[in-house]
Order: sequence, then C-alpha cells, then structure tokens
Amino acid sequence: MATCQICPATLEELPRYPEGTEILTCLQCGMCSGTCPYGDVMDYPPRRMIAMMRAGLLEKVFTSDSLLSCVACYACMAKCPRGIRLTEILLPLMKEQTLTHLPELPGELQKALQNTLRYGNPMGEPSRKRAAWVKTAGVPIRIFSEDRRPADALWFVECYTSYYPRGQDNCRATARVFHRLGIDYAILGNEEKCAGECGRLTWEPGLFETLMDYNMAVFQKYQFNRVVTSCPHAHNAFKNRYPALGFNWELEHTTPFLGRHLAQLKPLLTRKLNYTVTYHDSCCLGRQNEFYEAPRQLLQAIPGVKLIEMVHNRLNAICCGGGGGGMWLDTYFKAKGYERLSERRVKEAAATGADVLAVSCPYEVSRFEDALKVLGYDKRIIVRDVTELLAEAMEE
Amino acid sequence: MTGNVWVVAEQWRGHLSEITYETLALGREVADGLGVPLTAVLAGCGIKELAQTLGCADSVLYVDHPLLAEPIPELCAEALAQLIEARKPSVLLVPLTNVSLGVGTLVATRLGSSAVNFCKDIKIVDAKLQLICVMYGGKIEAAVEPAGDLAIVGVWPGARPADKGRSERSPSIEEATVTLEDSRVRLKRYIDPEAGDVDLTKLDVLVAVGRGIQSRDNIALAEELAKALGGAVAGSRPVIDQGWLPLSRQVGKSGLAVKPKLYVALGISGAPEHIEGMKDAKLIVAVNSDARAPIFNVAHYGIVGDVLETLPALTEAIEARKTASHHA
Amino acid sequence: MHILVLLKMVPDVVEDLEIAPDGKALDLEYLRMILSESDDHALEQALLLKERHSGKVTVLALDAPEVDDALFTAVAKGADRVVKVVGMDAGLTTRQAASVFAQVIRRETGLMPADLVLTGVQAIDDLDGLIAPLVAHELGLPYLGIVTRVSFDAPGQLVQAIKEYPGGVRGEFEVKLPAVLGMQAAEKPPRYVPVAKVRTAMKSQKIDCTPVPTLADGGWLSIEVVEMRRNEPAGHAEMLEGDPDQVSGKLCGILAERGLF
Repeated sequence: MATCQICPATLEELPRYPEGTEILTCLQCGMCSGTCPYGDVMDYPPRRMIAMMRAGLLEKVFTSDSLLSCVACYACMAKCPRGIRLTEILLPLMKEQTLTHLPELPGELQKALQNTLRYGNPMGEPSRKRAAWVKTAGVPIRIFSEDRRPADALWFVECYTSYYPRGQDNCRATARVFHRLGIDYAILGNEEKCAGECGRLTWEPGLFETLMDYNMAVFQKYQFNRVVTSCPHAHNAFKNRYPALGFNWELEHTTPFLGRHLAQLKPLLTRKLNYTVTYHDSCCLGRQNEFYEAPRQLLQAIPGVKLIEMVHNRLNAICCGGGGGGMWLDTYFKAKGYERLSERRVKEAAATGADVLAVSCPYEVSRFEDALKVLGYDKRIIVRDVTELLAEAMEE
Repeated sequence: MTGNVWVVAEQWRGHLSEITYETLALGREVADGLGVPLTAVLAGCGIKELAQTLGCADSVLYVDHPLLAEPIPELCAEALAQLIEARKPSVLLVPLTNVSLGVGTLVATRLGSSAVNFCKDIKIVDAKLQLICVMYGGKIEAAVEPAGDLAIVGVWPGARPADKGRSERSPSIEEATVTLEDSRVRLKRYIDPEAGDVDLTKLDVLVAVGRGIQSRDNIALAEELAKALGGAVAGSRPVIDQGWLPLSRQVGKSGLAVKPKLYVALGISGAPEHIEGMKDAKLIVAVNSDARAPIFNVAHYGIVGDVLETLPALTEAIEARKTASHHA
Repeated sequence: MHILVLLKMVPDVVEDLEIAPDGKALDLEYLRMILSESDDHALEQALLLKERHSGKVTVLALDAPEVDDALFTAVAKGADRVVKVVGMDAGLTTRQAASVFAQVIRRETGLMPADLVLTGVQAIDDLDGLIAPLVAHELGLPYLGIVTRVSFDAPGQLVQAIKEYPGGVRGEFEVKLPAVLGMQAAEKPPRYVPVAKVRTAMKSQKIDCTPVPTLADGGWLSIEVVEMRRNEPAGHAEMLEGDPDQVSGKLCGILAERGLF
C-alpha cells in the first residue's frame, strides 16, 4: 500500500487533499463494513460513516461510540476497491473528533494516554527503568547515551518489549540473535519513549506530535544508518509520519530484518524444535506492509518446524484487537458484550492443531496468552514471537 | 518540655475508636520518657462513661458541650485550644483519621505552635521529641523535630498496638468547660452504607487488589484465589473509585478496617490510607512488582513479581494441594 | 457563581525518590513534579459545578517545575483564569504555602469574592499542616474536609457536601458560603483533555503571574527535618524468591502449615 508523507491534520482540511476528494468517490459498496471485525456492532461502520459525511451529518457519528470499536486493523482499507485510505487518514481524524465529543473516555484508555505523555510508556512505569532488562540479556548491549560511537543500526525496542516480562523475553531473544549474527547496533535505553503510533491512530494527534518531536530530537544526537524496531506500530509511525519531521533513515521491523539475514542465520539454527507452528500475520506488518513471506521463511528455516496456516491468513488475517487503542479497551468491549478479537483468533489457531502460535508484534503475545487462558487452551498451544523461536533454535 | 502529654480520645457515634488506644500507648511512652503525666482529652456531649476505658492515661480531661456531640473539626479545635491555653501541655497527639483530620492543623494555627503530621513513632532524644514521619505515600521516612513549648502531632493509625493502650485501671476524671459558638458547618445526618453481599469484617480470608490488578477483568483471577482459600475479594480505594468493585469491598481509611486471619495484598502499594484498614490482619502476604513498595513494611511475607503471573500460579498451587490432600 | 481552586505540585513518586546528599531532603535532580492528586479532583469538581450552574473557575497555583503544564491543562479543561505566584524559594512547607495562598487571595483583584474555595484534602508532602483548614482560618471562612459530593442550593447561601467517614459511612453536611472545602474525590474522575487542546491553550491564554508576598514570620513555630531516608522495607516481610510457580509453592506450604485452607 502507498504511504503518505503529508496528511491532512483536521477534518476541515480533508477536502483540500487528494485523499479527501477520494473519500467522496466512495461507491458505498460495503466491503469495508463487511470485512471490519467489529462492523456488526458499530452504529457507524466505515461505509455508513462516509455516507453521513456526505450527508453533512458527521456530528451523529462523533457522538456515537462507534469509533471506540475501531482497532485500526487496516482490513477496510485493504479491501476498498477505491483505495480510500480509511485507516490511515479518515479514521484517525474521526477518532480525534469523537474524543472531544465523548462525555467520558474509558478509564483504562485515558490512563494509557496520560501515562504515555508523562512517562513515555502507556503502563506508567518510570522512564528510568526502561532499560532495566538490559542487565538480564546475557549478551552485551550498547546504549547510545553511554557510548556515543556510531552504530550501523539503532534498535528501537519500544514499550511493551521493554517493560513487560513477556516482552522482555522477546528483546532478550532479539539481543541474542543480533549478537550471534554480529549485528552492529545500539539502543536508546532510558532515553527512548513510545513512538506514539497508538496515540496517532487512537484519537490523540497532539500526543503523537509531542512524542515525534521528542524522538526526532533524540535520534539527531546519534549516528546510525538504519532503524530496526521490534514493534510494528513503531515501524508504521516511522514509515508514514516521521519523515515529515525529517526521519530519513532506512527502516525495518526486526522480523523482515532477520529475514534478510536468513543465509547467515540458517547455519546457526542448530537445535531441532519439533513444533507445529501457525503464524499470525499482524495487521501492521502484514496487511499494511505486505511482509507475509519473510516471517514464514524464518520459521521454516528452523529445523523440525512444520508450518500450518490458519483459515484467515495473510491479507485476510484477523486482528488481535490491540490496535487503535484496543489494547486498553478490553474492559469496554467486555462490558458491551463483544467477543474479543484475540479470542476469535486464538480459536482459529487452536483449530489448526498447532503447538505454537507464532507472532511478530509485542501486543500479540500478551493478548493471545490472555485469550488462551480465558478459553482454557493454554496447555495446548503456546505463544512465541518469531525471534524467540529463532533464539531457542540457536541454543546449544 | 515540662507540660503534660495529651492524647485526643477520638469519639464517634458513641464509641471510642481503636486509634485512641493506639495513640494512648504511644503517648504513655512519650510521657514516661519525658517524665511528665499523660492526659487523655475526651470532648463530646453526654459521653462521660467512655472515659472509664482511658485508664492507660494518668487522668482524663472531659469536656461536655452540646456543640461537641459530633466531631466538627473547627469546634473540636477551638475547644482543645482553650483547654491548652489554660493548662499548657507540651505535646498534643491527634489521630490522623477521617474523623479527626484537620483538628491538629486548626489547633496549631490558632495557637501558633509547631505541628507535624504523618507520625508513626516518637523517640526522645536529649529530652526532646524526635518524630518519625512517613511521607510520600509511604515511600519516605523523615525524622522531624518540632520547636517551642508545644508540639501538635498528627499520628497515623498503627503507631502502636491498641492493646497496649487499654487498661483495667479507672482513671481520674476532671471536667472542664469551654465556650463555643455555633459553627457555620452543620452535620445533617449520617448515611450508613447499604448492606453489601458480604461483610468483609467477618471473614477469615481476604484477597485484596489494588491498582496493580490493572483492569476489571483481572479481578476474576483474584476471585478464583479467594474461592480457593474460602474468602472474598476486597479492594483499595483506586479499584473502588474505578467502579471495579462495589463500596462494600473497600478496605482503608474511608472504607472498612478488617482483621482477617489472612490478608493477601495484590498490586497494592501500601500507602498509609490503605494500611490503616488492614494492618491488624494476623498474616499479611503481599505481591507487588516494586521491591520498594511500602506494603512490604507491614507484610509478613512478600513476593516481588508480576501480580498477573503470580496470582494464577498461586491459585493453581493451592488447588493442587487441596486435591492432593483429598486423595491422601 | 465563582469558584477558586488552589493547586499544589508535589513530587511524582512514580519516578523513584532519591535523598539529597545532606540526607535531609529529596534530591531535586531526578525529581519530577506532578499535580497533587486530590487537587486534580478539586479542579474537576469545580468544573462540574461550573457546567451545572454556569459561572467562573479561577485557578491559583504556586510556581514549581511543571506547574505551567498543569495550569494550561486546567485552561484546556475549562478554567477561565489561571494565576501563578512567582518569586519564592523552593521547598515551602504546607503552612508557608497556605500563608502565601491566603495573602495572595486577599491582595489580588478578582480572586475574591468566591462562593467556594476548593483544594485537595491532603497532599503527600503535607508534613506540617493542611492547605484547606489553614487557608480557611486565614480568611475567616468555614472549612469541611474529606468531601466527595458538592451541590448548591439556589440561591447559593449554602452548599451541601458529603464527607467520608470510616467504614463506608458518609456524613451529609450543610456549610454556609463562602466556604473552603478539602476535596477527597470529585463526583467523576478527572476528565481527559487531548494534548492538542492543551497546546492550543498554551497559545491562546496567558498565565497571570503575581509576585509572592513577603513571607513575614507566619506567627507559628517551625519544624526541622533532621533526617530523611527512603523507606526500605528490609527487615519486615520475609521475601519469597523464585519464579511464580516456585513462590506459589513456597507460599502454599506456609499457608497450609497455618491451617489456612
């Protein structure tokens, strides 16, 4: 899909941009609403939203809570025959308006946004603990603020990977794989703050801009050729919005980055794992950026791994429900009686008979593990990031 | 410091609160340390018989006035100030509870004396008071010295065991009078809480959750543990404020004071306002991801870890043990 | 209707607190300041009352790191005027802060008359007093603390307030106006305001600055902090080590031993 460098900042500006006039060419075919995972519970799924826009009745959309159910999964945008940039352009603007019209924002989401602004992470953890995981990595990790020499890659670790125990499993695995591959990299450590993607797609352009300003200032202190990040959401932010502020480094998510190093990696994968693995295409890496094959190639390079696909895969994968603020709206969804998308997805995974559900987004690990526990499948199937599996296959 | 040590006996709705005895125990030590008498001050209307239980003090100063029937801080403070001006104690210990909050501050400002809050312990160093105060939500301890001839000290619940402040002795009771004017603050009525589904104060086991439980959904995990242990779920203030648990489950300053056989504190930092409600539990187990959480100061056993991982593991371990013992 | 809200910044305990080299105060280097939680509730209650009865909300704060953020956020939320007292030394005690508030309230045009003065019930650093009763005393106004509900009767001679007592009991009070209330919690949690709105407020509104009055001898005796230390919980709890399964096993053993299940 095409990326955008300069985007309309408000709904008023929208008509002056090509994207805006594009929206007006909507066929009202309903592919978007039909493919939207929560389309059946929204008062105003995408198609109806556009119809209201054309009828001059947007106010009704803003005062409904439809936008709270949008998890920014890109499914609508992927299927639109007109190529309207729904998830990229229209929905964030709609969400911003809804935020100002909602009498009350759901508490968990509010806390996540406030914490991200104040502490640089949605969990409200102190910024001084962001790099605490480094001591437990088992391999040396350079931190730019302590060692200012240039590095080839800046590894942008991100929040869930830095602070959550299961996220730390992921970044320890990543560090070990990088180490074995001899990658020249450094991290920002405690200077790192959330890239802000979920703020952007979630109602809060002001928050996103604040984080963008901060992160760009930090990037400009150091020298590196590329940015590699463990978080697909951060990847999206850097790819689509940060260039407007001067972000011009090469950019890759860790999974395709490791995919590029497959030839070097393969001989290091010495341990046989004997897992049947089903891979979940994350929305940001998959639908949005079409990185379908790299993760699968990596998995197939692991001795003993057998790949099996879920019913919905690649372009049609079902979102884990964590995007667009969904990460902090589970309580809200539950109160409304919606099935959580992570549970829907996990049922598909279990149906394949796989032992392992492989993922490449830090949100997915906690969301799917939760869903497995709720559904009682947690003894049958485990969740692992692709990088965790690679690290496991490297162990002596 | 040559004047007496005074302790404000906190009376509310016809009873003396537990903290009265805790503070008396502390006051006893201070008075003995300074070599001066200990006086309990009881202010109210028609409650003289309550003075009988204050025998830990050398004497009770009882003030009866219709305007003191309910504890209105401005009126209590004015009464105390008049008594202090006449009798010149050197120390006044005031409980820091919802009932008495503000009294100490108003007395101190009326008299221009030194005032210190958050006190959990008092030492005598060179015949002077050194107050040990817990600040910043329990994270910092400060040693504070008041100046002058009169120190007004706000004392946290739990400074001493209440039993140490009870006595069989009948104290001598002196009656005093004060002059009070109508206050611009009027209590119309009390609203008692609706009977909840459970009475936490009657249960042996409580599994309490704080902010660390992170979301309403996760409370179900705590409910499983409570069920496995034969108890009920309680919560600290933030959890109730969010609406994740009803008011009947609130433990702490504005909620219930509980003394179960087992209190499991999950993701509760241990700010004094919560400790107030559970410090007397027989066995306190705390789980928190912050190794420095003040809850570990009152807990008997502590686990530094992720509440959301430890909780289900604990439930599982207990269920397994129960099943094993059934088969044994 | 005019409501005056008093705000105080306090150390943010999320970032670990360190002690200064002299061992008597907090180390300011890593310290971040945040609006006192119950003051935030006081502001929210004021805004709710404004929405219900129309009128004005004025916010008065003492200068401190990050206070401008708090004041512009108050504007973005709906405060009409924000005033900051500048020029004082850092580290005022609560009694000194209350004295500054009271003197500024009397001196500055437009702060009084107010129907209500709202502030938080207690801050985490209120070592030597409480703002609400101190300010009430200085201004000769009635005071009620630990308030969770506030409502006005027309035509506004009295305010009805609910105060929290132990055990879930609530007291229904009537207070003559003007009055000072120490808020424990607003009727609703403090509202969210988008960062964009705060940034707009920064461009569109000014913070009125007013110099600190000379802090003459407050007429009270002070206190001295002779030592400050982190409350290390060493020595009380027996810590159980290991992964979740290991600690659960150990704890289970302990509970079983005591016949707790």
